[in-house]
This record gives sequence, structure tokens and C-alpha cells, in this order.
Amino acid sequence: MLNIHNLSAKIDKKSILNGLSLKIKPGEVHAIMGPNGSGKSTLANILSGKKGYDISGKVSYENNDLFNLAIEERAHKGLFLAFQYPLEIPGVNTSNFLKTSLNAIRKSKGQKELDALEFLKIVKKKASELKIDEKILNRQLNVGFSGGEKKKNEILQMSLIEPKMAILDETDSGLDIDALKIVAKGVNALRGKERSFLIITHYQRLLDYIKPDFVHVLMNGKIAKSGCMELAEELEKTGYEKI
Amino acid sequence: MREKELEKLKEYKYGFSTDIETIKAPKGLNEEVIKFISKIKKEPKWLLDWRLKAYKRLKVLKEPNWQKPKYPKINYQDLYYYSAPKSFKEKPKSLDELDPKLLETYKKLGIPLQEQKRLNNIAVDAVFDSVSVATTFKEKLTEKGIIFCSISEAIQKHPDLVKKYLGSVIPITDHYFATLNSAVFTDGSFVYIPENVRCPMELSTYFRINASQTGQFERTLIIADKGSYVSYLEGCTAPMRDENQLHAANVELVALDDAEIKYSTVQNWYPGDKDGKGGIYNFVTKRGLCKGKNSKISWTQVETGSAITWKYPSCILMGDNSIGEFYSIAITNNYQKADTGTKMTHLGKNTKSKIISKGISAGFADNTYRGLVDIGRNAINSRNYTQCDSLLIGNKCGAHTVPYIRNKNSLANVEHEATTSKISDEQLFYCNQRGLNQEEAVSLIVNGFCKEVLQQLPMEFAVEAQKLVGISLEGSVG
Repeated sequence: MLNIHNLSAKIDKKSILNGLSLKIKPGEVHAIMGPNGSGKSTLANILSGKKGYDISGKVSYENNDLFNLAIEERAHKGLFLAFQYPLEIPGVNTSNFLKTSLNAIRKSKGQKELDALEFLKIVKKKASELKIDEKILNRQLNVGFSGGEKKKNEILQMSLIEPKMAILDETDSGLDIDALKIVAKGVNALRGKERSFLIITHYQRLLDYIKPDFVHVLMNGKIAKSGCMELAEELEKTGYEKI
Repeated sequence: MREKELEKLKEYKYGFSTDIETIKAPKGLNEEVIKFISKIKKEPKWLLDWRLKAYKRLKVLKEPNWQKPKYPKINYQDLYYYSAPKSFKEKPKSLDELDPKLLETYKKLGIPLQEQKRLNNIAVDAVFDSVSVATTFKEKLTEKGIIFCSISEAIQKHPDLVKKYLGSVIPITDHYFATLNSAVFTDGSFVYIPENVRCPMELSTYFRINASQTGQFERTLIIADKGSYVSYLEGCTAPMRDENQLHAANVELVALDDAEIKYSTVQNWYPGDKDGKGGIYNFVTKRGLCKGKNSKISWTQVETGSAITWKYPSCILMGDNSIGEFYSIAITNNYQKADTGTKMTHLGKNTKSKIISKGISAGFADNTYRGLVDIGRNAINSRNYTQCDSLLIGNKCGAHTVPYIRNKNSLANVEHEATTSKISDEQLFYCNQRGLNQEEAVSLIVNGFCKEVLQQLPMEFAVEAQKLVGISLEGSVG
């Protein structure tokens, strides 16, 4: 699915990633943990195509050179990023944004675009499954949303788009236990043979609900250690210093 | 067609021109030309005298120069002031007699004039250069006593109404462009809604400049008699030409007691090319008079075209309890310039006005909101609310807000809010990540920004306007 080979990245000449390699196969759930400033969000940004980085190395995504794809083409091909800080867009109705996004992706795949009624039916169903209050659909996109509402909105979008490769960038940060369960539910509901996840987090907490196949520790811009769930539990006890 | 032209047409799809034989007034501005126009239109003497009076006044007036956009001096002697298709020497009695080239032109513009293909429930008056070529749904409107025709026809058939109201809102001595229009105006629309009639359909005028080196000086007059209601919409396009063409229109609205006029504009004149060459100078005077008590005039404008837009649709709130509204979207891209806003003059008691202005600037463009809220001595308990929002795309464009407030009444209440924001790279990244390309993302964000104004448009046009907002900003990010 996703094959990252020897990826390095600099921003303003400051090195952030230093030869990171990681392979994610279809159906796998990988978690990346690591201290502040270790390059976790940079990795998520680079994979989804954010500009401003000086990049070397190779990333292939479903046999495409990822760096040859525009941001929206990556999205069309099923790459999704749940943002750490979802953006506010005043005046744009959340429901309209979600519909426009879903239809852009459907269109790129040659599928029929959904009309307002068809879309509403689907989005309401998804919202109720995730126990997300559908009132957010009528509000301006992320404007005045609480931290939790913003993150839940990301998960709702992920459920709608049904991506092949979803990256969650600290989606659990700042969430109460109920919201955390919603995030986990969203991920678990989508888990399947053809779908992969890269979950970036600081805490073991979320992983208790999601149960990843692999856990990696990112330090100084590369993977310092890889393992299974036990690694996360160990980290929770001992911290990163021992690694 | 040459490849370059084809490429250009992609940018502005209304940029074609119609090859049609025309009758023109001799080039230049003088009494003879004014007499020529008046004669060809078979006008009564009072109107010719009125025009000549305006012309006399024009000679001592100077062009305004306080606006932000500057432009090279216009040589008024190098323009044609009248241009009409030759087949119009006698106005065709029906559409069957209309030159097929004209029918084809309007079809291409998306304004079908033939009976079977007419826009549903919208009556259209089509003005081509200096003449009105067709008005649809006339019979249906006549049943209700509504008059909707070209101003030229109204001068012939309803001289009393024209004489009573023409120049009653914009006097012939007003200012340079308005006075110029009074001297040389050629055609435009005329609307009269009788007492207590609610106009059953949208009325609409479609203005088209075709001939080169020709100015368009249209004149529109709308009168809503006591207790009546009308919603009116105008649209405008022009071919792409390298020269700058002048469009100096006057629009006068009169609302009597308890009457309401809703006037919407979707202005998409040719904006010039990417480097700022060519395009229309849109120097327009629009003014509404809330003459009667409880009357209401509401202006909605979506300004996306023109090289320079200079217009301030205004309301004079004379009647007690009258209401004036101004909803505006002005979009400037590349080298376009806009200096637009409104004037709300409160004279009567308990008068209310509301101004919502959304300016969007991209490329190297410059966008100014300029407005005046003027509360008179007797306008007790008057209220104004103004909100001006500017949105910048890129870092080479400009946005300016110049609100003037003049309050002579201590019992009046005036509020002004203004914001300036920029589409951030992060917002675009977010939209891109959700599958929208750059242009779709900009269109979505801008439409959200303008929503309050777009909602004011008649439904039939709101969708078109939304698309236009997206199209005008194509290539602005990248």
C-alpha cells in the first residue's frame, strides 16, 4: 500500500526527518509514537502533500510515486489525513463542504455525484452511527467548534470518504473518553483487508481501543524501535528516554 | 479562429462579437450627434431640449477624480454614441422579423428570445449596443397593467410617466458621467407597476455591447406605484477587445407609498486580458428614491467583470419608515479595479438602511469599498447597519474600505463593522486534502464568504452567480 524508503525532510535547512523507512501493507494498522518534535506531524504532512519541505527519499503509494501526485490526486486515490488542527472556513456550511469533498472524490473515480438528498441520507446515517450530533452539519465548517467537535468532524469525513490509507495525526489529543471512543469506533468500523491506517499519537490510551498491528517509535526523524502493542505499554511506563 | 483567440475565449466565454451591419451616429460628441440620436429615436421636442440642457451642463463639469482607480484620459470625441443593427431602422414588429444573427447572439449568451425557448417565468428586455431588440412576455404583463418595454418605446407610448419621473432621482446636473448619460442615452428598460400589483415574474434586462469604439449609455427607469412590488435583474456582457470601452449607465428607481423594488445586477462585462489590456470602464450611476412612506428599495450586485467598476447604487430614504438595502459582491482579479459601494441618505423618520459588502481581490487587482451613510436632521430614530468584509487571495492585490458617516441627528443609530481576511495556504491545503483542486477550493471558500449576498439573488440567478464567482477567480491561485 504505502512504502516509505529512506525519507528525509528539511524545513528552512533544519533537518526533521532523517532517513525514515516504513512499509504498510493493505489491511494493516500502524501506530507511530514519539516525543514532541520527533517529526510525527511532518511525516503526516509530507505524505498528504503539504508544500514547504525540502524532501529526499522515495515514497510509493499503490505503485505510484507519491511525490508525482498533486495533493488532491492523493486524496482521489484514497489517501486521507485527519488533521491535528482542522481548519476553520467561515461561511462554508459543513454539510456542503462534506458533500463537495465526497463528490469530488466520487467524480475522480468515475462514480455518479450525489445530489443533496442522497448525500444527506448517507451523512445522517454515518453521524448517527458515530453518535455525532448532526447539528454540526448546519454550522460553518469548524467555526466555533470545540476541540472535540473538530476531531469528531474529521472522523465523520473519514467515514464518508472511506479512504484506503488513512493517516490520523494526533486525533486523540485533547479528547475526553467519550470522544476518544468515537474516534476508535470510526477507525474500527472501517478496518478491513483493503484498508490501512497510520495512527500518530502520544498516548497508549487510543491504542487500547484500536489495537494496532504494529507500533513504531519515532525519534530524531527516524524509526528508533518497532514492535507490537507491548511496545506501547512499555513506553507508557518508562517514557521515551530508555529507547 | 486563431488559436490565441480560442485560448482567450476559454477565459471569458462571452467574448465573441457579432458581425452585423450597423447604423452609427457620426463619431464624436456635439449637439449634432445629440440631435441625430433624438431624431433617429423620433423623440418629442421636450426630450431633445432636456438632452441639450444636459449637454450644456456637461461642458462645465469635470470628470470625478476622487476614486482610487485611475485611468488614461478618455477622448470623448473619439467615440461613437449611437450604434444599432441596420435592420433596426424600423424596429421589427415581432421576433420573426428580427435579424437571425441577433437571435443567434442571444442564444449563445444563454438568453433565448424565441417563444418556445424562453426562460421560465422571467421576462427579458434585450439591449444590443444602443437599442432594445426584443422584450418577452409583454402580453402577459399587460394583462396586469404592468408596463415593461424599452425606454424608447415608453417615450413614445407613455410620455407622461417618462416626463414625470425621468431625471427625478438623478438630475441632469448631477455629475459628469450621469450628465453625459442624460445627453446621449440611447436605450434601456422602462418599468411601471400599477398600484397594488405584485409583478408575477422576474423582469430582466440583458445588456450587450457589440460594436467597437462605441460607448453604451443605457437609461433605465423603474416606477413602483403605491403598494406594488417588483423584482428586476440585469445582466451584462461584451466582446473581448483590446481597447477600453465606456459604459456609463443611469438607473433611476422610484418607490411610492408601501411599494418595494428589488434590483439585482450580475455584471460580467469583459474585464480585460490577464495583463490588464482592454476591458470595459463601467461608470454607472444607480439611485433609488424611496419617495413614499413604508417603501423599500433593495440593491443586490454581483460585480465580476469590467476593467474598472465605479458605481454606488444608492437610496434616498425620503418617505417615513422607508428601507434601503445594499448587498454587494465585487470580485477583482488580474489587473481589474473596483471602487464601489453605496450611499444611504436618510431624510424621513424611522428610516432604516443595511449595507453588506463583500470585496474579493486576487492577482494584482485593487478593490475599494466606498460608502456614505448620511442621516439628515429630521431622520429621527433612523438606523443603519454596515458590514464590509474583504477577502484577499495572494499577496499582490489590495483591499480598501472607505466608509463615510455623516449624522445630523442625535436620535439615530449607526453601526459599522469591517473585516479583512486572506485565504490561507492551510485552508487551501485542507480543501485539497479533501479532494478539491485549487480552483474548486477557492470557489468554495469565496462562495462561503459571499453567501449572505448570494442569498439575496432571485433563485433562478443564484446558481449562475455562484458559478460565475468561481470562474472569475480561475487562475488566481497557483
